[in-house]
Amino acid sequence: MGAMNEQALAKYTNNFLREVEERVEEGEWVKMCMQCGVCAGSCPFGPDWEHSPQKIFMMIRAGKRDEVLSSDSMWMCTSCYNCVVRCPRELPITQIMHGLATYAQRLGLAPKMNPTRKFSLLFWDNCTRTGRVNELKLALGLYFMDGLVAGIKKAWAMRNTGLGLLMAGRLNPFEILKGHECKDKAGIQRMLKKAYEIEEKRRGFAK
Amino acid sequence: MADLKYAAYVCSGCGIGERIDAAQTAKIAEKEGKIALVRQHPFLCSSDGVALIRKDIGEGATHVAIAACSRRAKTEAFHFPSVALARANLREGVIWARPDTDEARETTQEMADDYVRMACAELKKMKLPAGNPEVGRSTRILVVGGGISGLTAAVEARKTGYEVVLVEKQAQLGGWAAKLWKRVPDREPHAAPVDTGVRELIDAVTKDAGVKVYTNATLAQTSGAPGRFNATIAIESGASVNEEIGAIVQATGFSLYDMNRLPELGAGKSPNVVDQAGLEKLAREAEASGQPICRPSDGGEVKSVVFVQCAGQRDESGKHLPYCSGYCCNTSIKQAMYFKDANPAVDTVVVYTDLRVPGNGEDFYRSAQHKGVVFTKGKVASVEPDGNACTVNFRDLILDEDARIEGADLVVLATGQVANAGVDIENADATDANGAKPISILNLNYRQGKDLPKLSHGFADSHFICFPYETRRTGIYAAGPVRRPMDIAQAMEDATGAVLKAIQAAENSQLGRSAHPRSGDLSFPMVRLDGCTQCKRCTVECPFGAIDEDEKTYPVFNESRCRRCGTCMGACPVRVISFENYSVDTVGAQIKAVDIPDEFSEKPRILVLACENDAYPALDMAAMQGNHYSAFVRVIPVRCLGSVNTIWITDALNGGYDGVMMMGCKHGDDYQCHFVKGSALATERMSKVDETLKTMSLETERVATYEVAITDLKRLPQLIEDYAKVIDKIGMSPMKGFA
Repeated sequence: MGAMNEQALAKYTNNFLREVEERVEEGEWVKMCMQCGVCAGSCPFGPDWEHSPQKIFMMIRAGKRDEVLSSDSMWMCTSCYNCVVRCPRELPITQIMHGLATYAQRLGLAPKMNPTRKFSLLFWDNCTRTGRVNELKLALGLYFMDGLVAGIKKAWAMRNTGLGLLMAGRLNPFEILKGHECKDKAGIQRMLKKAYEIEEKRRGFAK
Repeated sequence: MADLKYAAYVCSGCGIGERIDAAQTAKIAEKEGKIALVRQHPFLCSSDGVALIRKDIGEGATHVAIAACSRRAKTEAFHFPSVALARANLREGVIWARPDTDEARETTQEMADDYVRMACAELKKMKLPAGNPEVGRSTRILVVGGGISGLTAAVEARKTGYEVVLVEKQAQLGGWAAKLWKRVPDREPHAAPVDTGVRELIDAVTKDAGVKVYTNATLAQTSGAPGRFNATIAIESGASVNEEIGAIVQATGFSLYDMNRLPELGAGKSPNVVDQAGLEKLAREAEASGQPICRPSDGGEVKSVVFVQCAGQRDESGKHLPYCSGYCCNTSIKQAMYFKDANPAVDTVVVYTDLRVPGNGEDFYRSAQHKGVVFTKGKVASVEPDGNACTVNFRDLILDEDARIEGADLVVLATGQVANAGVDIENADATDANGAKPISILNLNYRQGKDLPKLSHGFADSHFICFPYETRRTGIYAAGPVRRPMDIAQAMEDATGAVLKAIQAAENSQLGRSAHPRSGDLSFPMVRLDGCTQCKRCTVECPFGAIDEDEKTYPVFNESRCRRCGTCMGACPVRVISFENYSVDTVGAQIKAVDIPDEFSEKPRILVLACENDAYPALDMAAMQGNHYSAFVRVIPVRCLGSVNTIWITDALNGGYDGVMMMGCKHGDDYQCHFVKGSALATERMSKVDETLKTMSLETERVATYEVAITDLKRLPQLIEDYAKVIDKIGMSPMKGFA
């Protein structure tokens, strides 16, 4: 991870905007922002995160690479698409935010303690392993994210919901052992690997 | 006064007949108004009714009073140009302004009776206007200034078939536009700078025999009036030529705000800091040499350019221009494209506080963003040149922190436009925003001064809110950046509009008619000089500089320069100025014609003098919308509140009126007065009326002045109701019964 960051720094000295345009999904839209602030005003999470999309875009143009990539903002996006709908310049803001998050994660610069980042990783590992999401493992993984004691407490608090799901036949306790998986697990994994390779090449991640 | 035949017509249509006793009003016209021929009609504006009036006119009626709807309604049906016409407003002014109730019936009827008395009395004092005998002779258009505005004005005048005389101070035509490499695009897809087109305009003007071009020439003197201006043009050889002119378009443009007044932005400290004109020069030099634009200090390659918006503009400190020039954001976008289109690797940053891109600038802005021009919202604090590079320090307004751009090869300052509007006629010592002492452009021989009056920030006169091309000098129209900051597209539109107004003024003068806003009016001010006391009030107060003075300081009226507002008539202390159909007598007679009930009747009478441009139509429209008001008011429309002579006020109060309301337009910096200064002058005059009231032992509340807008449909009836309450409180006038 560190090496990839070094490589990016060397390639785009002082031009973070170009780095974003070339390497971040939908990043070529960032230059089209006209700083009206409608996205910042539309975001339901507005008061709760460090930088609004408007500020993120301004910071990209100002070359504030570390601050942008280590910001928690992109991780807080709930994909409600309010900003995308309202942006007068029709920027795909939600996609850009996710693109930035992914890029920061790949460079190893994403905020380590951010819970949504942790959840995203859990989800990705969970579903790419077998090709299907194992909900029981995902929920338990989430409960025990912050340690054993916290996990037990959370599971205890949710016990009635869990029992309810069990009674209604919506939760299979044997999933904990193996769980269902897709027919061609190896095929899925090969496909994902190939996709990774293509993206690395296209965005110039490889050395 | 032979063959004067008076006729009056009372209409009972539109509900008038149901609400008032039309037969009674007709009888009043006959007995009290002393009108020989009085007719009633159930539908007067019908072809039948109009034919009836026409027949009477054919049989010799010369003065006609129509008691029907407002004078603003049915003007086409009741268009009888061969007779003097008075209108009694029974519909909007009476029945629609009053509730339809039994208790209101009596006072509503009294209102109608009075309006008929007033119309009859007015008619007796009216004459049919004959038109200004001193008609114009020329319809040629003089265009002052040969920049893009002047050239456009000339071309548009030629398209309409009028001859043009064009005077340009410089040796070449084209002005600023000729100094540009390219211009902001004026048509789809608004994506890249385009050719200025100024070459074609110059060709069109110089190859046209109908345009007489004087370059290296100035106006030594301008005299006369619309239709007969005499322009003395000082030409290159030192000689002068005279041209007879119908109307004038002043398109003298702007000077760039001097960037040397901005040392904090690096101006003068490094050749790499230029203004927008400086960059155009570099771009033209680059094109001539076939090289990219290079750094002036050492001819080095330009890798990074910073554009500083609002340089010395929108300044709140009072040191620089306080206004936005409106064109500079688009210009900086265009200039950034000069670099990006040639080499996308050049960094171009525009530092702006608010990007203002009028016209189709939004598309142009978007195109620049696509091309990679970076836009940073910030306010530049300083530019520090160091060798071949500059550092730009600014406050980032989004991130709210101090920031800097280092290593800029070129810094372009977007300074604004300073009008070339000639001398300040109100302050001979005034300097312009660049600290220069202006010289006169028009050299008018008017007593009111050599140039157009200035409106604000040194820009030439313009009736900004309603009639942008109109100045306070009739027949002289300001176009382009001389009247407000603007870009090429706006200037071309402006010039087209102004030249059409100029043509109208020239044509109206040929027919002895007034120019805007009483366009086509045949009446004109007449003065009885044997009663004049040479007090000069008319010459001083005329908002349009229409009145000169002769060697004995008697007023000399230039009727073609007059707009017929009647401000001179209102100013005249000896009342020797009048119009044939509007005079101290026509209004005075109406005031005296109203029947004043005695002190114990509990029926006060309030005189309303309402500006016919805004207040009177607002009253009409208020009534149309069913906003009722007191039956105690008697409304008389006046051409402008400036035409109100104080004798009307004293006559009214002496005659037993309980109060006088005067309704004029908004005055001050953002005035709405059609005649610019009329309502302000009236307010000034009425501020002195308190003394008169005291000598009459009357309360000062008995005269009140209001600023009214045409949209005050709810407020106006309320003002009347409130004033009626004031009168109720201070009591009836003690002056009743003496007149």
